[in-house]
Amino acid sequence: MAGRLGMVEMGAIAVTVNGVLRAAEVETRVHLADFLRHGLGLTGTHLGCEHGVCGACTVLVDGVSVRSCLMLAVQCQGRRVETVEGLAAADGTLHALQAALGAHHGLQCGYCTPGVLMTLVELQRELGGRPATEAEIRDRLSGHLCRCTGYQGMVDAALQVLGAPDDVPKTA
Amino acid sequence: MMSPKGPQSGGFSRLEDDALLRGRGRFVDDIALPGMLHAAFVRSPHAHARLLGIDAEAARLLPGVHAVYTYADLRPLMTGDRIGLALPSGYLRFHVDPYPLVKDEACYVGEPIAVVIACSRHVAEDGANLVEVELEPLPAVVDIDAGVQDEAAKARLDCPGNVVARTQLRYGDAEAAFADAPCVIRERFRLHKGGGHSIEGRGLIASFDAASDLLTAWNSTQMPHRCRTILSDMLGLAEHQIRVVAPDVGGGFGPKAVFHPEELVIAAAALLLGAPVKWIEDRFESFLAAVGERDQSWEIEVALEADGRLRGVRGVVRHDHGACTPYGLAIPYNSATNLINTYMLPAIDVDVVWCLTNMVPTSSTRGAGRPQGTFVIERMLDLAARRLGLDRAEIRRRNLIPAARMPYSVPIRMRDGSSMTYDSGDYPQCQARAMAEADWDGFAARRAASAAAGRLRGIGIGNYVELTGRGPFESVTVRIGPSGKVMVATGATSQGQSTQTTLARIVADILRVDIGRVHVSCGDTATSPLGVGAFASRQTVTAGNSATEAARHVAKKALEIASVLMEASVEDLELDGGAVRLKGVPQMKRELGELARAVNGSIGFPLPGGIAAGLFASSDFQVQGTPFANGCHVAEVEVDPATCQVEIKRYTVVHDCGTVLNPTVVDGQVIGGVVHGIGAALYEWMRFDAAGQPLTVTYADYLLPSADVVPRIAVHHLQSPSPLNPLGVKGAGEGGTIGAPAAIASAVEHALEGLGVTIRDLPITPSRLSAAIQAGGRTLRALRLPGDGGEARHG
Ligand code: FES
Ligand code: FES
Repeated sequence: MAGRLGMVEMGAIAVTVNGVLRAAEVETRVHLADFLRHGLGLTGTHLGCEHGVCGACTVLVDGVSVRSCLMLAVQCQGRRVETVEGLAAADGTLHALQAALGAHHGLQCGYCTPGVLMTLVELQRELGGRPATEAEIRDRLSGHLCRCTGYQGMVDAALQVLGAPDDVPKTA
Repeated sequence: MMSPKGPQSGGFSRLEDDALLRGRGRFVDDIALPGMLHAAFVRSPHAHARLLGIDAEAARLLPGVHAVYTYADLRPLMTGDRIGLALPSGYLRFHVDPYPLVKDEACYVGEPIAVVIACSRHVAEDGANLVEVELEPLPAVVDIDAGVQDEAAKARLDCPGNVVARTQLRYGDAEAAFADAPCVIRERFRLHKGGGHSIEGRGLIASFDAASDLLTAWNSTQMPHRCRTILSDMLGLAEHQIRVVAPDVGGGFGPKAVFHPEELVIAAAALLLGAPVKWIEDRFESFLAAVGERDQSWEIEVALEADGRLRGVRGVVRHDHGACTPYGLAIPYNSATNLINTYMLPAIDVDVVWCLTNMVPTSSTRGAGRPQGTFVIERMLDLAARRLGLDRAEIRRRNLIPAARMPYSVPIRMRDGSSMTYDSGDYPQCQARAMAEADWDGFAARRAASAAAGRLRGIGIGNYVELTGRGPFESVTVRIGPSGKVMVATGATSQGQSTQTTLARIVADILRVDIGRVHVSCGDTATSPLGVGAFASRQTVTAGNSATEAARHVAKKALEIASVLMEASVEDLELDGGAVRLKGVPQMKRELGELARAVNGSIGFPLPGGIAAGLFASSDFQVQGTPFANGCHVAEVEVDPATCQVEIKRYTVVHDCGTVLNPTVVDGQVIGGVVHGIGAALYEWMRFDAAGQPLTVTYADYLLPSADVVPRIAVHHLQSPSPLNPLGVKGAGEGGTIGAPAAIASAVEHALEGLGVTIRDLPITPSRLSAAIQAGGRTLRALRLPGDGGEARHG
C-alpha cells in the first residue's frame, strides 16, 4: 500500500481559466476545486461537501455548470473554466447578478454565494433574454445549499435580473 | 434611530458584501502560509471501545509525513489530561471533559485518536489510512430512555452512571393544579433537532512565530476569546502569547461556539513542529465529530380549566447529551423554560435529565432547545383545543400574557440570580396580527380549492418567546486616527449576521460620517483584548449598545477638542460630514482627522486644553436582564394523500425584537431562521443504528431544506422596545427557528383532521405520517376528496 501511495501520478494540463491560459503539473487525484483554490490561488470557489450535493463549488466548464469537487483537474485539459473571480467587468463593475444579490440581501456569510452566482449566470445565458419565473429560478437554485438566507433574497435577486419586469420583488 | 441617509432609503447594502461577491472573501482555507503543513485525523470507527494500541510506524515512514501524534505524544505539552470545557452549573453531577485525543477509551464514532501531519492534505490522509488502531468494542448507549435506567450499559467506564446532570424546573403547586383539573392531556414526544450545518465546516491554521513568541490561530469560530482562554489554560501560555482570529466565517449556528478537541491538537502540533499547520474539516468529519443537537424524549401532562386556561404542566424531558460535556447544559433547560412560552402558566414541575450516550457530544444549534419546548406546549394546546372543542387560536388567546402585565415575571431563577422576566411585548396583538396577515379567515376557501385538486390543506399556528442578548457584555472600541478613518474593534464576531454593517451604521450615524469611512474589526483577540462572541442572539444587544456608548464618547470628545482649537463653545458646534462645524457657518470646521492628530500629540508640546490623549473610547456595556423577543407563525401546508409529502404553501411571521435597527438584516435573520426550523420540522434527521454507527453522513441522506421546497416567507414586525438597554433592541437570530416546527406540526395535523392523527415526533417525514395515518385507524376515504362521495366515514 505504501508503495502505491508513494508513487504519486502527475499529469500536465493547459486550461483556460477566466480567459487566461494556465499550464500546470497536477496530481491526477486532485479535483478541479482544489486545483483552482490551491493550485491557482482562485479561492472564490468554495467547498461545502465534496460529495456533489451542496453546490458551493459550482463553476462553468465550457459554459456548463459543473461540481468542481466531482471533476478531476486533469479532466479539464484543453477546456474553458469560468469562476466567480471572472464575473465582474475588467473595470471592477459587478455583474448584474452580483449587484442584485447584494441589494436583496441574498447573501449572509457569503460561503455559498460564488456557486450560486455561477448557476445563475448559466441560467441567464440559457434564457437568452426570455424572462424566468420564480419556480424556474427556485428549481435551478435547488442544487445549492444555503444555511443562512432561506433563499428568499437570492430568489428576489435572480428575479430582478432574470424575471419579467413586473416580477421585480418588493425588497428591491 | 435610523439615519435618513440609512441604507433602507437608498437601497440595501452591506460592508461585508463586495469582497464576498467577488470571490475575495478570506475564509480559513483561503489562507496559505509559507511552509504550511496539513493535518488529517484518525478517528474511532466504534461508538464505544477500549483503545489497546496504536501502530503509526508505517504512516511515519510515508514520504511527506512529518509527524503522527497520539495522546501520549501531546500530553507533555498539556497542563492536564482533559480539556476543561464545561461551563459552571449546579446541575452537573460529575465532570466529563473531553481528551484532546483518545487516551484509552473511545466514546463515539469519529472521536479523534491520532493526527497525521504531512506536506499536503492528500498525503496526510494517505498517512492516516496507514495508522493501525487496535480497539476492543464495548456496549454502546444509543437510546436515552434505556440509557437512564440503572441496569443500562455505561457510556463511559470512568463515570458513575449515564445521568450526567439533572434538575427540576418547578414553581407553583403543580400537584394541586392536576388534582381536580377538569381537563388533563398526557402525551409522549420524541423530538429530533439536527446539526448546525454551516456550509463552511470547521477548520483552523495554527502557527507559532518564535521571534515574537506568539501562537496565532486563524480559526473558523464564533468565540475566538474563549478559544484563546482554553488554549492558554491547556498549553500553559499567557494571553499575550496567543492570538486567535476568526477571519470570514462561513456560517456558525451554534457548533462553532464550542471548542473542539481538534483546535487544541492543531495548536499543539504547530508548537511541536515549529511550522504552520492547517486542518480543514471535511463534511464527513463534520457529520461524525462536530457537535450539534439530537434527541429529546418527553413525557408530559398539561392540566387545564374547562375553558382552556392552563393550570399546570408536569413531566420529564430526557436529553441526549452525547459522550462528554463540550460546553454547557443549556439545551433541555431552555426547552423546559420555553414550555411557559407566551402564556400565563400558574405551575410547572418538569424533571430535566441529561443522559450520556456514545454519540458525538451535543451542543446548541440555532434555537438552542427552545424549538423543542415550544413545540411541546404548542402541541399540547392543539390537543387540548381538540379535546375541549375550542378553536386552536382561541385557546391560545385565552392564555396569552396580556400586554398590560409587562414586564411579566416568572418565578424561575436566572443565571444572575434574578427571576426570569419578559421585559416587553404585546403577545395578543402579535397573534391577532399574524392571523390577519395570514388571512386565517379565508382559509376555508383555500382548503376547498386544495381538496378539489386532491390535496389535504391545513393551517397551523405557533407562538414563541426567545431569550436573547445574554450578557455579561461585549467590548467595542471606537478610534479615530489622523487619517480620519474610524476604526471599530469589537469582541463580537460575524458568521453572516451583518455584524460589521450593523456596528458601522450605529457608529457612522452618531459620528455623522459616511459609513464607508468606518472599518470594523471583528473577532480578533489582538484588536479587541476582551470579547465574548456570538451565541444566544446577543450581539446587537450587547455590542450594539457598547458601540453606541463608545461612539457617543468619541463624539463628545471630538466636540471638546474642536472647542479648544476653534475657540468656540461646545454648544455652538456640531458634528457633520466627517468634521466638527460651527453651527450656521458649516465652512468653519475641523476634520475629524485633524482633531485626532491634535490629541495624538506633538513631541514636547502639551495637549491642547489639557484634554486626555487620543480620540477613542471603549465600552463594555453591561447587560441587565435578558430581553425576550417573541413572535407568532402561521403555516399553511398541503399534504399529498398518496405520498404523505408535505408542501408548505404559505408562511407568515409576525416578529417582535424590539427596536429594529435594520429591517432587511432582521428579515434575513428571521427568514433564515424559519428555514432552519422547516428543516427541523420536515427534513433533518441525524440517524444512528443500534450500535451507535451514524447512518446519515452525506447531504443525500441528511436533508437540508433547498430553494424548491421552501416557501416565500412573509415577515412583519411589531416593535416593543426593550426597557433593558438604551437602543431598545432584542436579538433576532433564532426566533424564526423556534416557532417553525410548532406551527408546521399544527398545520400538518390540521390537514389530516378526521384521520385521528397526532403529530408527536420530529421530523415529520412522509413515512412517519403514513404510519400515523395507519395508526389513526381511519381510511383515507374518510377524507373529503373528490371521488370519495364527499362524506366523512370512519374506517
Ligand atoms: S463541494 Fe462540491 S457540491 Fe458540495
Ligand atoms: S450565505 Fe451563508 S451559506 Fe449561503
